[in-house]
Amino acid sequence: MSDLLDIADRVVAMARPGEQLEAFVARGTETDVRVYAGEVEHFVSAQSQGIGIRVVRDGRTGFAYAGTLDDTVIAEVLADARQNVEFGTPDPYAGVAEPDGVPVTEVELWSDELAEFAVDAKIALAKELEQFVLAADSRVRVEDANYADGAAEAAVANTAGIRRYGRENGCYLVVSSLAEDRGEMQTGYGFSVGRRPAELSVAKAGGDAAERATRLLGATKPASRRTTVVLSPYVTAQFLAIIGSTLNGEAVSKGRSLFRDRLGDTVANPLVTLLDDPTNPLAYTATDVDGEGLAARAKPLIEAGVLRQFVHNAYSARRMGTASTANATRGGFKGTPGVGCLALQLQPGTGTQDELIAAVDDGVLIYEVSGLHSGVNPISGDFSTGASGVSITGGQLGAPVREFTLGSTLQRMLLDVVAVGGDVEWLPMSAAGVSLVIGDVTLSGS
Amino acid sequence: MIDQDVLERVLSRAVRTGAEFAEVYAEDRRGTSAGLDDGTVEQVNSGRDRGAGVRVVAGETTGFAYTSDLSEAGLLTAAEAAAAAARQGGDVIRTVALTDGPRRVVSPVDTQPDTVSTAAKVELLNRMNDAARSSGASIAQVSASYADGRKRFLVANTDGVLAHDEQCRINVRCQVVADGDSGMQTGFQSAGFTMGFEMFDTVDVEELARDAARQALTKLRARPAPSGTLPVVIHRGTGGVLFHEACGHGLEADLVSKGGSVYRDRRGQTVASPLITLVDDGTMSGQWGAIGYDDEGHPSQYNVLIQDGVLTDYMWDFLRARKEGRAQSGNGRRQSYQHLPMVRMTNTYVLNGPHDPDDIVADTDYGVFVAELGGGQVNTASGDFVFGMQEAYLIEGGRITEPLREGNLIGNGPQVLRDIDLLGNDFAMGRPGTCGKDGQGVPVGDGQPTLRVRALTIGGTAA
Repeated sequence: MSDLLDIADRVVAMARPGEQLEAFVARGTETDVRVYAGEVEHFVSAQSQGIGIRVVRDGRTGFAYAGTLDDTVIAEVLADARQNVEFGTPDPYAGVAEPDGVPVTEVELWSDELAEFAVDAKIALAKELEQFVLAADSRVRVEDANYADGAAEAAVANTAGIRRYGRENGCYLVVSSLAEDRGEMQTGYGFSVGRRPAELSVAKAGGDAAERATRLLGATKPASRRTTVVLSPYVTAQFLAIIGSTLNGEAVSKGRSLFRDRLGDTVANPLVTLLDDPTNPLAYTATDVDGEGLAARAKPLIEAGVLRQFVHNAYSARRMGTASTANATRGGFKGTPGVGCLALQLQPGTGTQDELIAAVDDGVLIYEVSGLHSGVNPISGDFSTGASGVSITGGQLGAPVREFTLGSTLQRMLLDVVAVGGDVEWLPMSAAGVSLVIGDVTLSGS
Repeated sequence: MIDQDVLERVLSRAVRTGAEFAEVYAEDRRGTSAGLDDGTVEQVNSGRDRGAGVRVVAGETTGFAYTSDLSEAGLLTAAEAAAAAARQGGDVIRTVALTDGPRRVVSPVDTQPDTVSTAAKVELLNRMNDAARSSGASIAQVSASYADGRKRFLVANTDGVLAHDEQCRINVRCQVVADGDSGMQTGFQSAGFTMGFEMFDTVDVEELARDAARQALTKLRARPAPSGTLPVVIHRGTGGVLFHEACGHGLEADLVSKGGSVYRDRRGQTVASPLITLVDDGTMSGQWGAIGYDDEGHPSQYNVLIQDGVLTDYMWDFLRARKEGRAQSGNGRRQSYQHLPMVRMTNTYVLNGPHDPDDIVADTDYGVFVAELGGGQVNTASGDFVFGMQEAYLIEGGRITEPLREGNLIGNGPQVLRDIDLLGNDFAMGRPGTCGKDGQGVPVGDGQPTLRVRALTIGGTAA
């Protein structure tokens, strides 16, 4: 079936009595074409592979990895992992994942069409993208226009009997733009993502890049006040990813989540139903198995405002006396599995973004936020972010605004949701976007 | 790692189709890390990674390929892939003669971490855990980590450059959660240096953990940060990241050359308060961003970017310097052999000013004192930036008073540089950082004396 699974099997077969062992073997290829001023600025073509081995003995965990699949090195990696076991603290919950009988939902993640896509066509797409943006608006320049694709295959096997192999590929176009007018400069970007080249849209990526670079020209700093914000789908997706991190079972089990004692409580406005569903093929992060080889599955996290469950991998589930929700995450072969939401989606409402805006008397449509990693604390819930957008007065969009902050807490923002739009947008991240209206946010400007 | 004659043959092959320039970058990395959480040493990890990236430049086009196979056959395959990507015609025979550069020891290592027992590394974690937990009854959770990494690399190119460097870095981090009536608060502290295990002769990990605990405990009684525009005093050491983000990125020649920087065409002009002299210094021994050679084989340098408020120069890598017909500045860096180099900072800092730091606070009637800045983000084209305030206090009547809850502060880089009206004489370097750009992370340092910015926007929730 796959040489990677063969390697994983061979490593697992080396387990000694009393030893749990897990092998994660991965290989990837990538192509990256960057175009600037009509020329290829760089062309990267590469392949990489590696293995990570986890050993658990007497409740202690050791891990080691190497960026090669050479047999001699694999033996050294296993020896390193065994040696590392010696230094862990015995933990009754440590261990590899156990098969749970949940059948795999097949998700189509591989495209032969993409695997055979010609190099010339990749370069042509990137050049076409640059041209499209330049033609869209005379004030706009392009910093770089890119086509990139990647293919990844991975096998995971362990001594509890899990054996899985999977592969996926995908491609995207992304362009960075600049707009200049009367000495003022703003940036924009646009992207289009697909599992097959035919799904890529130059017009979408290019059109967004031109529009985003120009829409903030002439923006001013708005007056400080408490107000209503309409989050654009991309901003909502970033907000959901943070909410998702507070529902991480490991954080909860270690008392590091603001929702730790809140199962069954109303934590959000009843309009809020939040789902994690990696089996939805529309999700960019769709997958059939999680990082420990369990079948990926759909689960409601918040239903009509009520907190229903947290997400778990095998370890965090054991700690909390529950079953894994197949939410083991894995950032490649260099690390052990973590816990995380895989594909978040807010159950959509009905309105278009225009209809949501029409219902807002005083507010701001938020195009972008910045500094989420520094200004939002998912443990305390403090929320503060830089933002830009366009003001809303009497249901009408007005002038662009920038250089202001939004402040609240995660807890309050969930309760202060006023409306969820019907305009679901699938984005290249672990959460889908949708327009979202939140009331009573502190806007700090002039 | 690779014999010189093999490198010469690989480079010749890489330019056989007529490219002007080719380069081999090969590296070998080893590292160990350990993490403690919830009182448990959860795991000890070790890793090894080696490989080479071959870069071929033909006209304006760069071809790049990498491999984990360091045999001559593996390198020749990568060279041909990179040359094909750069795509020129012709069949050119060009021999390459490499001259090995002098060994540069910018950050000497006394005790290589791989000669230290894992038990001694794990012991540091237990000491941090104990120190933090004994700081107060409200301490609810502690996580601590240790990581060491040794990167050995060589760079060879068709200009005849051959350089070797070895960089050993160690860092420790501690995060503490305190739980009180007002909810949970967090504290964080870290230390990292380009040196060997002797780092712990001077870094007291218990002190570091107690400081993280103190932050979390202090914030339990914090009030919401104000919202609006106020004078902000930034404590020494912690504000270097502001210059890194708000100004450093805009001085990177790759951004400047595409016109994507607010500082383009500004050399020789006043861009900052005359108090400000800003330096990027890869030679600062032991600091997190210190390097012997950059990842293109150019020796690290001390580069003055802004002198007394006047922009003196940008930072340069090979490609951008070649285009402008000038010298590189030792700022060509990459995350690993799997990445193309680009212009990156090393240790970026502001030199001392004339003012007593106590006077800076005393001179501020109402404002915010930032004891510890968090991460930040900048839009290099507009100059707009944000920063997290990890630990901050109100200044009232020239005195530091109540602690504030976390929030961001925002401003505009060029404006803030002009708005620095007081600069202390108490220079210190800050915490180790990882600078992200175009998907690549590299270790960087920064520093500054205590300073005041006349006005910044505070993103709190209090009116």
